[in-house]
Amino acid sequence: MENIIKGKAFVLGDNIHTDQIIPAEHLVYSLTDEEESKKYGHFALSSVPIEKSGLPNGGIKFIEGDNYISEYKIIIGGSNFGCGSSREHAPFALQKAGVLAIVAESYARIFYRNSVDGGFLVPLETPEKLNNLVSTGDEIEIDLSTYFLTNKTTDKTYTLNNLGNVLPIVEAGGIFDYARKNNMI
Amino acid sequence: MGMTITEKIMAKSAGKKNISIGESIWLNVDTLMTHDVCGPPVIGIWKNEFGEKAKIWNKDKLVIFPDHYIFTANKHANRNVDILRQFAKENDVDNYYDVGTDRYKGVCHVALAEEGYNVPGNVLIGTDSNTCTSGAFGMFATGVGNTDGAFIMGTGKIWEKVPESMKFTFNGELPEYLTAKDLILTILGDITTDGATYRAMEFDGSGVFSLNMDERMTLTNMAIEAGGMNGIIAADSVTEEYVKSKGITDYEIFNSDNDAIYHSKYNYDVSKLEPVVAKPHSPDNKDTVRNVAGTKLTKCYIGSCTGGKLSDFKMAAKILIGNKVKIPTFIVPASTQVAKELAEETIDGVSLIDIFKNSGCDIGQSSCAACLGGPDDTFGRSVDKDVVISTTNRNFPGRMGSKKSEVYLASPLTVAASAINGVITDPRDFL
Ligand code: SF4
Repeated sequence: MENIIKGKAFVLGDNIHTDQIIPAEHLVYSLTDEEESKKYGHFALSSVPIEKSGLPNGGIKFIEGDNYISEYKIIIGGSNFGCGSSREHAPFALQKAGVLAIVAESYARIFYRNSVDGGFLVPLETPEKLNNLVSTGDEIEIDLSTYFLTNKTTDKTYTLNNLGNVLPIVEAGGIFDYARKNNMI
Repeated sequence: MGMTITEKIMAKSAGKKNISIGESIWLNVDTLMTHDVCGPPVIGIWKNEFGEKAKIWNKDKLVIFPDHYIFTANKHANRNVDILRQFAKENDVDNYYDVGTDRYKGVCHVALAEEGYNVPGNVLIGTDSNTCTSGAFGMFATGVGNTDGAFIMGTGKIWEKVPESMKFTFNGELPEYLTAKDLILTILGDITTDGATYRAMEFDGSGVFSLNMDERMTLTNMAIEAGGMNGIIAADSVTEEYVKSKGITDYEIFNSDNDAIYHSKYNYDVSKLEPVVAKPHSPDNKDTVRNVAGTKLTKCYIGSCTGGKLSDFKMAAKILIGNKVKIPTFIVPASTQVAKELAEETIDGVSLIDIFKNSGCDIGQSSCAACLGGPDDTFGRSVDKDVVISTTNRNFPGRMGSKKSEVYLASPLTVAASAINGVITDPRDFL
């Protein structure tokens, strides 16, 4: 695990559900075929209503044109991020699109587990809502050794919750690597 | 200190005497369920991670129901079922219910009950968020993603944080116009879609125990819509009778202690509750049917694990008998067994299926169908600016197909009444 995560912020509202992250009609593509799985990146966040996509102003596409990689590496959400279905395709799609971390007030349980156990990205929780303090496009730096998030654009720093007892799984890079490290499998 | 039913089952499964809220423990899984959308990636991860020595920890404990994208020409969707078939063959998985055979069942959560996989006191994990449905049988049941599914497939184990519990007590006997769907939509309106995140939702009270198993499953089915880890109803004589009819004799009944600790408790008097809907675009956007009555609709849908069970159709038929629907109304029996029962069950000597046909409904084949939209050729899928009233469990934009459509969630009684008028209608007008 890298201790420093850097990138541009993409800001979303509360209750971003898995149907918005990756709509059900796209769940049929292979997750293992390198070429085909790029479609997940291409359609990531494609069902977020456009006026709520890229806050505070909205109207910003997460993925431009035919791309499958987004220019935004850090997602700033509100409460209950990733609610809805159990589809692991959701954190997978975000990872495919190049997302490294999500920062939100709270997560739906299955999305949180999937992100951690699959080693797709780091789901970080904040004690206060950050999605009205950060704007889409702001340059963000997260230090996982101190749990500080710095908005380089506004030069403000915020504290994140520590990862608690999922830290060893995040550090190992997912549940399988964790289990191998601990001789469970 | 007392324990809740959820804590007791988790402790048993972890082989521990005492567990504390917030602690992460390793559970021994009794049953793992997967389906055609998540099964192929689960299999992919399992093969990848365990390599040559990949072995199912206990193949009798693995159950696979293809159910999501079944009656479609979509080649990617059909490829997924091919992967399941191949896997079941290679690994001798007896509990595989293949499409196109007599064994085919349909929607997994309903089929789990029918096929006798729901066992009081057990731990059941499924790669589907609505796996919480099985909690209606006094068991711990929850949904996970593909990686967790693959991990269980190889090890039989899963880590879980012991959740806080919330208790929802319904007192009194449900009046004829009220259903389990109204109860759970009422709760959702009160606590919102993240009101139970990471928590157990325990349902209790005379109103709950007066319900049959179908209706109890409607309650626990939507625990996830409030973010709940699991929904649970202690097993009683109704549960025992059901599981015994499936040949299950080895089970354990747990009850919460009187001095168990709860995060919060909610009490409802069912005689004071009304039929409700969840308005677009969220299951917690509650309103009374009376308040939205008259809203113009273009489609009605009765189906899914939430609202496509036998008792759901009995309720709908009670209203539809002798009436004609005004707008396209889709009937999708959740499972092939429910489909069979629609032909056998009668009201005033007319089978339910004939009641639906006579009133002008379209009958589909057992599967998830338009509950989650599905490929373009999916039966009952919403198109363009459809305004749908549905017995399903989610109404997020695009969930039933078109992103421009609007979906109201309601009980089978309310949907049937609305089908007759073509506008949202209170079922009491027909009872
Ligand atoms: S019927 Fe709907 S909610 Fe139930 S398992 Fe199928 S898609 Fe999920």
